[in-house]
Amino acid sequence: MNIVVCVKYVPDAQADRGFDESDLTTNRESVDGLLSELDEYAVEEALKIAEAGEGEVTVVTIGPDKAADAVKKALQMGADKGVHISDEAIRGSDAFATSLLLAKAIEKIGAPDLVITGMASTDGTMGVVPAMLAERLGLPQVTFASELTVDGDGVTIRRDGDTASETIIAKLPALVSVTDQINEPRYPSFKGIMAAKKKPVETWSLADLGVDAGAVGAAGAYTKVLSVTKRPPREQGQIVTDEGDGGSKLADFLASRKFI
Amino acid sequence: MPVERLLPTDEGADLIALVREIAEKELRPRVDQVEAAAAKTDAFPREIFTLMGASGLMSLPYAEEFGGAGQPYEIYLQVLEELSSVWMAAGLGISVHTLTCYPVASAGTPEQQAELLPWMLSGETLGAYALSEAQAGSDVASMTTRARRDGSDYLISGTKSWISHAGHADYYTTFARTSDDGGRGISCFIVPADSPGLSFGEPERKMGLHGDTVRQVIYDEVRVPEGRRIGAEGHGMPLALAGLDSGRLGIAAGATGLAQGALDLAAKYAVEREQFGRPIASNQGLAFLIADMAAAVGSARASYLYAARLRDAGRPFGKEAAIAKLIATDAAMKVTTDAVQVLGGAGYTQDFPAERYFREAKVTQIFEGTNQIQRLVIARATLGR
Repeated sequence: MNIVVCVKYVPDAQADRGFDESDLTTNRESVDGLLSELDEYAVEEALKIAEAGEGEVTVVTIGPDKAADAVKKALQMGADKGVHISDEAIRGSDAFATSLLLAKAIEKIGAPDLVITGMASTDGTMGVVPAMLAERLGLPQVTFASELTVDGDGVTIRRDGDTASETIIAKLPALVSVTDQINEPRYPSFKGIMAAKKKPVETWSLADLGVDAGAVGAAGAYTKVLSVTKRPPREQGQIVTDEGDGGSKLADFLASRKFI
Repeated sequence: MPVERLLPTDEGADLIALVREIAEKELRPRVDQVEAAAAKTDAFPREIFTLMGASGLMSLPYAEEFGGAGQPYEIYLQVLEELSSVWMAAGLGISVHTLTCYPVASAGTPEQQAELLPWMLSGETLGAYALSEAQAGSDVASMTTRARRDGSDYLISGTKSWISHAGHADYYTTFARTSDDGGRGISCFIVPADSPGLSFGEPERKMGLHGDTVRQVIYDEVRVPEGRRIGAEGHGMPLALAGLDSGRLGIAAGATGLAQGALDLAAKYAVEREQFGRPIASNQGLAFLIADMAAAVGSARASYLYAARLRDAGRPFGKEAAIAKLIATDAAMKVTTDAVQVLGGAGYTQDFPAERYFREAKVTQIFEGTNQIQRLVIARATLGR
């Protein structure tokens, strides 16, 4: 079984993240980046499926030079090979262009049996790329899987909602997006670090994918960020001095916020 | 801020990145609770060693053919430093485990190495180093635990004290007397934990480092086949002392990490804490305290890395290891003491880890040879006598 996992290199959520003021894109230079944590679940799930039978896992990412680190981390975890799509013209791409590039790359890799993605990125958090990608590839999309089993020529997932859990089946090939409930991603090992150094990683440009520069980047974007505003710092909480009436003051506060 | 590190290889840099991730995601969330629990019970964080072992952190400096990572001490020690900056008992545990493998790796026969090392270095096993006795601490040659010949076996009887991982380890790298010939009458054995006749004392109630369980190991006619004696009969003492040279580097790296953790905490607090309408760090008196702490951490790191590079180059490094142990552990004591001072009243409470760092630092000046013993080693090497 050939599995392609789409991963993203994102700014470390622990760091002080921001936007480039010139074009309102995510600032990827001043903050350390890493493999999006939500994508680690996708990598882990692919590895589990591959390890349970015969399988090869290919990891694809789009991003600047440093985004190769996201591929490297996935290879250290155990993926077999990597593809890094990198081109200056891609800067400022929206989800529409991202899904186009991923679709072209997956077609170039060769028809996979299964495409696995995270449920969303931890920076943009739009969560629309999996659906767009499935549409472009003409694959059934089974999204937000918190459980995934591959059985013969089909997949079964469980999608947990607020009121019910749905069981959904689809025929392979298919695209599955997974949630952070699906597994516990492994850490790389030192052996994995050493093995990753020998694994093939290809870097593809727009020309390699046959994609016109006008179809991606800010120029090709269907959406435009008009403004960004930094969230105001959290204000200090209200301190109530307990003069024997702390309980009723607490109740008053909760009532004023309609919690009780 | 992560420590800026010059690493000799790409895999070294990747390894440090992995260690930082494990330390932040797995060690930091557990450390306070486990340390508090282990202070009162015999709780032992075996699961963190299993986790670190699965990532290959329990066998870094040993040969790849036996399951190690073939890493130089320059990298291995920086891993210990990173782990210890978050949880001293985790870094120290790996240092102890690494020490327990040393006799087999350096003096075992090819057969013993092929049989024992893959098991010891698998990441699933944990070792203990049974050398010290109540009346034989620094004075190793005065040990009384005895290994008596019985056919092709030995029967070991005696009591070892201050043994880290005792009761939780899978094997005990044990030093015992095979003749009354002083320092030339000691031999080294690998004793599996399930050996009949092996038992353990109650956990010592210590000042800190509770995650590192320490107990007596009691041998009552414990039968060990000749094939589990490492090195020639009577050659145990040089093996023990050579192992300690490397072990001291582990302690130096761990103490440096501990000091770094305390410095990071103090620096962050000094910038955030306001008095008289401004951060306390804006007072030069306090800023200079932080500067001295940073200088102490930097010199500790430089001294252990220098000794490590000598070791990696195959040069003698015993004196430099003693210097590194002395400098790094004294730095840890000073820096952790000052960290409590920077945090003031908060530093004296258990709401912040400063008081834990302070308690943990003290023992680094004591174990693996007290700092007075380090001075003895340094003086002898310097004076040539």
